[in-house]
Amino acid sequence: MARIVVDPVTRIEGHLRIEAEVNGGMVSDAWSSGTMFRGIELILRGRDPREAWIWTQRICGVCTTVHALTSVRAVEDALGVEVPENANLIRNIIASSQYVQDHVIHFYHLHALDWVDVTLALKADPAKTSQLAESISPWPKSSRTYFKAIQDRVKVLVESKQLSLFSSGYWGHPAYHLPPEANLLAVAHYIEALEFQRDYIRIHAVLGGKNPHLQTYLVGGMAASMDPNEPGATINDERITFLTELASKAQAFVDQVYVPDVLAVASFYRDWFGRGEGLGNFLSYGDYPQGGIKDPARFYLQRGAIFNHDLSKVHPVDPANVTEYVTHSWYQYDGGDQNGKHPYEGETSPKYTGPKPPFEHLEVEQKYSWLKAPRYQDHAMEVGPLSRMLVAYASGHPEVKAAVDGVLAKLNAPATALFSTLGRIAARAIEAHVMAGQVSKWVAELGDKLGHGDLRIHNGDKWDPDSWPKEAQGFGFHEAPRGALGHWVHIENKKIKNYQCVVPTTWNAGPRDAKGQRGAYEASLLKTPIADPERPVEILRTVHSFDPCLACAVHVVDARGRRFEVKAS
Amino acid sequence: MLPPNHALSGALLQKGIDRRRFLKFCSLMTATLALPPRYVAQVAAALGKARKPVLVWLQFQDCAGNSEAILRSSHPSVLEVVLDLLSWEYHEIVMAGAGHQAEAALERVVKEEKGKYLAVVEGAIPLADDGVYCTVAGKTALDIARRVCSNAAATIAAGACAWDGGLVAAHPNPTGAVGISEAVPEATVINLGGCPQNPANTAAVLVHYLTFGQLPAVDQYNRPLFAYGRIIHDQCERRAHYDAGRYVQEWGDEGHRRGYCLYKMGCKGPQATFNCPSVRYNDGTSWPVKSGHGCIACASHRFWDTRSPFYDRLPSVPGFGADVTAGQIGMGVTAAVAGATLVHGIASAVRDRMRTAPGAPTPPATRGPVEKN
Repeated sequence: MARIVVDPVTRIEGHLRIEAEVNGGMVSDAWSSGTMFRGIELILRGRDPREAWIWTQRICGVCTTVHALTSVRAVEDALGVEVPENANLIRNIIASSQYVQDHVIHFYHLHALDWVDVTLALKADPAKTSQLAESISPWPKSSRTYFKAIQDRVKVLVESKQLSLFSSGYWGHPAYHLPPEANLLAVAHYIEALEFQRDYIRIHAVLGGKNPHLQTYLVGGMAASMDPNEPGATINDERITFLTELASKAQAFVDQVYVPDVLAVASFYRDWFGRGEGLGNFLSYGDYPQGGIKDPARFYLQRGAIFNHDLSKVHPVDPANVTEYVTHSWYQYDGGDQNGKHPYEGETSPKYTGPKPPFEHLEVEQKYSWLKAPRYQDHAMEVGPLSRMLVAYASGHPEVKAAVDGVLAKLNAPATALFSTLGRIAARAIEAHVMAGQVSKWVAELGDKLGHGDLRIHNGDKWDPDSWPKEAQGFGFHEAPRGALGHWVHIENKKIKNYQCVVPTTWNAGPRDAKGQRGAYEASLLKTPIADPERPVEILRTVHSFDPCLACAVHVVDARGRRFEVKAS
Repeated sequence: MLPPNHALSGALLQKGIDRRRFLKFCSLMTATLALPPRYVAQVAAALGKARKPVLVWLQFQDCAGNSEAILRSSHPSVLEVVLDLLSWEYHEIVMAGAGHQAEAALERVVKEEKGKYLAVVEGAIPLADDGVYCTVAGKTALDIARRVCSNAAATIAAGACAWDGGLVAAHPNPTGAVGISEAVPEATVINLGGCPQNPANTAAVLVHYLTFGQLPAVDQYNRPLFAYGRIIHDQCERRAHYDAGRYVQEWGDEGHRRGYCLYKMGCKGPQATFNCPSVRYNDGTSWPVKSGHGCIACASHRFWDTRSPFYDRLPSVPGFGADVTAGQIGMGVTAAVAGATLVHGIASAVRDRMRTAPGAPTPPATRGPVEKN
């Protein structure tokens, strides 16, 4: 039996540590630990709730905007503000384009090197790579000379002996199965995706001034002014044309590069449809309002929960059923650490009891993470693109169902194959395809509004804090790229009294609870084969399939605690 | 410009870089650094060296926003930065290796490139409770920062958190977070404030260092003057509206649609220095004020505590008379930046003391106008 430690887990956002026990070449147990804590919710107390979004957006710069959106929704819920339809459309465009951006970067720049051996690209015949590329996609950059130039660039890099970011990879590991031609194709698209993400995200720059950390949200709407004829307006006819072009290019890239590449890579690693299964419980809050935030039945992506892999039944979601445990987290509860608490009870105080740094191993029988362990009806749940796509698929979402069935048919795999490491990767690509299309649709709708003279972007009824009640509370939900995200705010005397976030990666990367139930990462790593404990690329494959975001995951809530009612949204 | 048979051509070919693209890049960098065009050749010669300098990028109490910003870099592109200009050997968010292999890559650089490599730090460093609030590979952020930054030729603090603790150090600073200069006083640090830093400025600092072997000229906060020497209000495309008294009064009103001045909506442009109106973000596409929202002075010292509340108009900011106009504040700041640092220090001290909540960390200006930690 050997204990493997992977710390830092790289190609993720934030600080994650995985410890795993390996028996007979297979993971027999695993522990997931978040190793960084900031306390942003404490910092928010006493500040103007209208600017909470500016602060919470900095929880994460990778999934930038997601906390901003969730925050304004929470404050709007507390104050009873409805935003104009234009503001809702702009928010939908920003959030859906963030999915596309995030998912492309995840596959190529955070995940691909677990499946692609860059050094093998040197052995490829560029002519055969060209044939391969043309056989899977009409994407025009597919000539022999194009791939030859990419190969030359890799060659120069390898011969310089200064491999830069690629110097420490697991090259030559027996778990890499792609033929040289596919490796070269993937390296070319790694580079193209770098260019894509830089160009595409100008959607956010137009609407929000910059990315990361857009600066355009307002409680009550958005700061992106609209006027078809004014060059000084944020959104005018010229900008709509620009957004339309960016959205359309993204659809081409996703459909002709990203999705075909996922299918190609999956076809060489079919055994990973049977690995990394995890919990089998999936949660989605649903998102993309089409008629108001209070009407989740009309969200573009549905709300629901799936238990025990049972796609025949989608359960309704009641936020009152969420609890958080700190039994194995570096916090303490007044009433003892064995009981779960509803987030509104908001009682958390950090207390580190781990080994004194520098340390070799965590005390995994005790407390071992800065993440808490959220549970839904006391079940550990997986959140993220796979959960969203499964809930949508099982709910009969027409576009999602068509896309999922299309991918499964191409891979000749049953729907149950989605409960896996590769399933998460496929779900993310499917979602990028569906949402890239939605970006185009919502930009067109915004253009229509502009053309019809509907220029409202902000509801200023409650902008002046003097118009607020002495006390108010509310919450906001968002399906961030990595899954179900919620903010809760309590306002008193025009200031934030308490603020809390329950975040996607806390669901996925959290530790065990009082019953010893594993979190999603921990469960999914069981039975993972490990060919070389010194180079555990297999662990990275499954952990990366969740797209970890640890900066988001660690949070703290009001240490003194106070229960407050939550309004239904 | 370079003659066609310049020795550089061979080096470029060797590195697989197209000559025209490379010279275009050098011209852009020369312009960003505000150097006369005759320096293009010198920039190009320095960047064309066969052996690339090594860089490591550390992440501590961060959001990765500064890493993401570098991914969006357009001139040069991120690929040019990490493959052509430098050998980028440690950066957790994008590097191939993990765990032991990642640790070994960092250790190798510290040993073999001692005194020669560049370090970039992103995020704050927690000092409270023996540093348990941020560990990587079982070691505290402080331990890693000390080892890596004190052995580096120079350290770039990328973004607000690495500069002065940023949001993590905002009141009540639950983890005792500080910036890299305070955590590792012996390191040679240049601060690139901003939330996040603008990748164009980071690239320019890197190019300056690679070209001249030293960091560019800095202000009292060790920020490069080329990026932080001018007031946003003075460079703002909405400035003419301000001068003419045309203001946005409500979000979405006629003035907002016409691009009027955002001063009444809380814009902190008159109290902020940065070059974002000219450099902009995302390939020069836009910047916050252009897109319709006020500036939050994200490149100012301890801006989270000293420039919030972000929607309050500047004249109501305690420390200034209620009838002081934005122009007068702007003039005050201009004078300070122009060299009257003592005046600036006093003004900031008064303002900061009144702005921050009781129990907040000591305002920086009271520690003296020149902050060289």
